[in-house]
Amino acid sequence: MQVRHATKYYKTSTGAVHALEDINRDIQQGEFTCIVGPSGCGKTTLLWGLSGLHELTSGEVILNGTPVKGPRPEIGMIFQEANLLPWRNLMQNILFPFEIKKIDPKPYKERIAGLLEEVGLAGFETKFPRELSGGMQQRASIVRCLSYDPELILMDEPFGALDAFTRDEMNLLIQKIWMETGKTIVFVTHNVSEAIFLADRVVVLSPRPGRLAHIFNIDLPRPRTIEQTFTPEFIKLVLEIKSTILHGNTPSK
Amino acid sequence: MADQLRDTIPTFDTNASDESGDVSISNWSALTHGNFAKSGSEILAIIAVAVVIIGGLEIWIRSANVKSYIVPTPSAVGSALFHHFDDLFWPHVKVTLFELGVGYAIGATIGILLAAVITQVPFVEKIITPYILLLVTTPMMALVPLLQLKYGFTSTPRIIPVALAAGPMVMINAATGFRRTDLAKIALARSYGANTFQIFRKVRFPLALPMIIVGLMVGAIFGVLTAVGAEMVSGKDGLGNQIIYWQTFSKYNYVWSIITILALIGIGIYVIFYQIGKRWASWQA
Repeated sequence: MQVRHATKYYKTSTGAVHALEDINRDIQQGEFTCIVGPSGCGKTTLLWGLSGLHELTSGEVILNGTPVKGPRPEIGMIFQEANLLPWRNLMQNILFPFEIKKIDPKPYKERIAGLLEEVGLAGFETKFPRELSGGMQQRASIVRCLSYDPELILMDEPFGALDAFTRDEMNLLIQKIWMETGKTIVFVTHNVSEAIFLADRVVVLSPRPGRLAHIFNIDLPRPRTIEQTFTPEFIKLVLEIKSTILHGNTPSK
Repeated sequence: MADQLRDTIPTFDTNASDESGDVSISNWSALTHGNFAKSGSEILAIIAVAVVIIGGLEIWIRSANVKSYIVPTPSAVGSALFHHFDDLFWPHVKVTLFELGVGYAIGATIGILLAAVITQVPFVEKIITPYILLLVTTPMMALVPLLQLKYGFTSTPRIIPVALAAGPMVMINAATGFRRTDLAKIALARSYGANTFQIFRKVRFPLALPMIIVGLMVGAIFGVLTAVGAEMVSGKDGLGNQIIYWQTFSKYNYVWSIITILALIGIGIYVIFYQIGKRWASWQA
């Protein structure tokens, strides 16, 4: 995936808001990229631009050689909250993309059952979202996203609303799924340790208008553990990235 | 935002033992509270209260010598209902329910369709709103004699006001429902490549359904009131017509029998829509 000169202005009643300025970035297949930055810096805007849900003002996103002009079947999205449809039970929620895409879910039944097993939701197929905890809901939305096997997964602060313990659990789950499937993942978060824990590369955006402030390569060995997040090496990275976020594109190296 | 909305929009609870003070339809009445007959003692208490109220009314009317043209005794009303339901009342119940059914079906269908259109195309809303307000504020009864001039002693002069009264009620509530757009859920559907119609059918409509059901219920009740009113003003049959008819003969126990029947129809409508809400909109608990 290539991002070329991505720029975005929002029109509001009080004038245009300059959200993104000339973002350029190549994302390799199978790469885990996290986007962090101060709040309001356009992380989510960038992600929605990548997904084709929102148009960029200028610049383009190229996926597998063709520009992204709208939602693409090879992209899967995971949203800030689980975003399950409350009038559907868990299984009906997971089959929702198949209904929209008009794909027969039968050949995917086994895959879905395996995914449910993996995230610990087997046996909850007929439960309604309100009967599930926040973590379970988000796990269900991960299954919904993986069910139709997209190549590229875009995650928009998916665990922001979860408590710290559940968040750790979800991060381990995402790492496991990523290592098993080799999907390309772009993950937006405001949590720096989450970003370091998950990512191959952490992309730091500057305050609005969002520009690429710095890209950190994270070479920590995998699978990473929660204990690892308390090592001096890890904490040094956290401090570096935090200072980049605070002071813009002058990393303290 | 959803949580804020939930506080103000009537909801259908699945758990009937809900003890919170939510603004919700299920709290309006003990009649439909799912498992209201939880125990023998509760049933006994409900019956006891009914006996005390109806019996008390009976005793008060008799002992205070209240004239029957003010309130007839419950026993006189009950006896009239029991002995004359088949010959005096039932034919007119059928007339009223027919007018209600046809008028409501027309009004509600148009109401839901209009609500769907105006919420999708704001420009249409601006054009239509004055006429809807005109409809809501026009006393339908005033139209009935005019309609009778055109349609004579048929059911049409009653059906049209029912449709005109029920339609806007359904429309206003359904439009409120359709405006409850959850942008994240629409984005979700769009991310799978959903077209406008799919978004409407799979996201907007289910999201609006609880409010549509509320609108259908309010519309049905308005429909009953309008049908009865129209019958009072014109025509030769129907429950409204019979209220006037028996009044001229001072048969007040018959009048009150009809009022009782109308109350039961109203309760029936409520129960039907409560059950529909429980079945189709219970997710919004």
